[in-house]
Amino acid sequence: MKAQVIVKLKQGVLDPQGVAIGKSLSTLGFQGVNSVRQGKIFEIDLNASDEKSAKDELQKMSEKLLANPVIEDFEIKVSAS
Amino acid sequence: MKIAIIVFPGSNCDRDCGRAVQNVLGVEPQYIWHKDHDLQSPDAVIIPGGFSYGDYLRCGSIAQFSPIMNQVLDFAKKGGSVLGICNGFQILTECGLLPGALMRNKSLHFICDTVELKLQNQKSVFTKKGDVQKTHRIPIAHMDGNYFIDENGLKKLQDNDQIVLRYQHNPNGSVDNIAGIQNKEGNVLGMMPHPERVCDDLLGGTDGRFVFEGLVA
Repeated sequence: MKAQVIVKLKQGVLDPQGVAIGKSLSTLGFQGVNSVRQGKIFEIDLNASDEKSAKDELQKMSEKLLANPVIEDFEIKVSAS
Repeated sequence: MKIAIIVFPGSNCDRDCGRAVQNVLGVEPQYIWHKDHDLQSPDAVIIPGGFSYGDYLRCGSIAQFSPIMNQVLDFAKKGGSVLGICNGFQILTECGLLPGALMRNKSLHFICDTVELKLQNQKSVFTKKGDVQKTHRIPIAHMDGNYFIDENGLKKLQDNDQIVLRYQHNPNGSVDNIAGIQNKEGNVLGMMPHPERVCDDLLGGTDGRFVFEGLVA
């Protein structure tokens, strides 16, 4: 089973890298950019009997390692195949 | 007096801490490799600075899974004195011994500088020989020293007197100018500045000595 875990900084946590990227985009002439927030994507290939058990496993992985709950939120996406 | 210094792949201040221990306390430190399972009953543990595991994922996040860290957690939970410096502070927050997190510096630059700090209290072995009146000049060298904690967490730190060191001129965007904190019990201290680098006049100062001096019974 293939999955993606998307880790993002929580709302309200300042993201200086996102701000710098946003400024760079404006400098390049992309005038419509209001803000940028940078995050991480983990692409995980795992063995699981069904989607639910995969999501449960990924939830634990995210809480224990992939995200730091003090500053980050995460989102799990699972696709069969 | 037995001082254990934990060495991870990528630690680079372990020998500096060892020199400071020799210099200030007059004892030979014990270097403990991260794969060891025995802490050898020390009186205090130092987690030194560096780039454990190449700062992969998040600074300090992988080091918490080293075998020796179970021993360090046990030691700390039983009241043992644990000092985390720089990457050591990051490891202590990642493994949950200290609250909050250390994020990328607001400026996005690696900062290598000597900063002015004020000690906020003298409630732990690492601070009892310090001076709350004095301005301490201690070096920092980090990319991710921007301390973050939510409002509730910050209030708890303030109410419990857990904020130990504050920057006089905030270099990295840290909440409430925080440079170092301790746990509620006061036996675990994490700080971004490097006291081990200023323990000898030959190296330009002695403002960091008090952190180690308190370890003498």
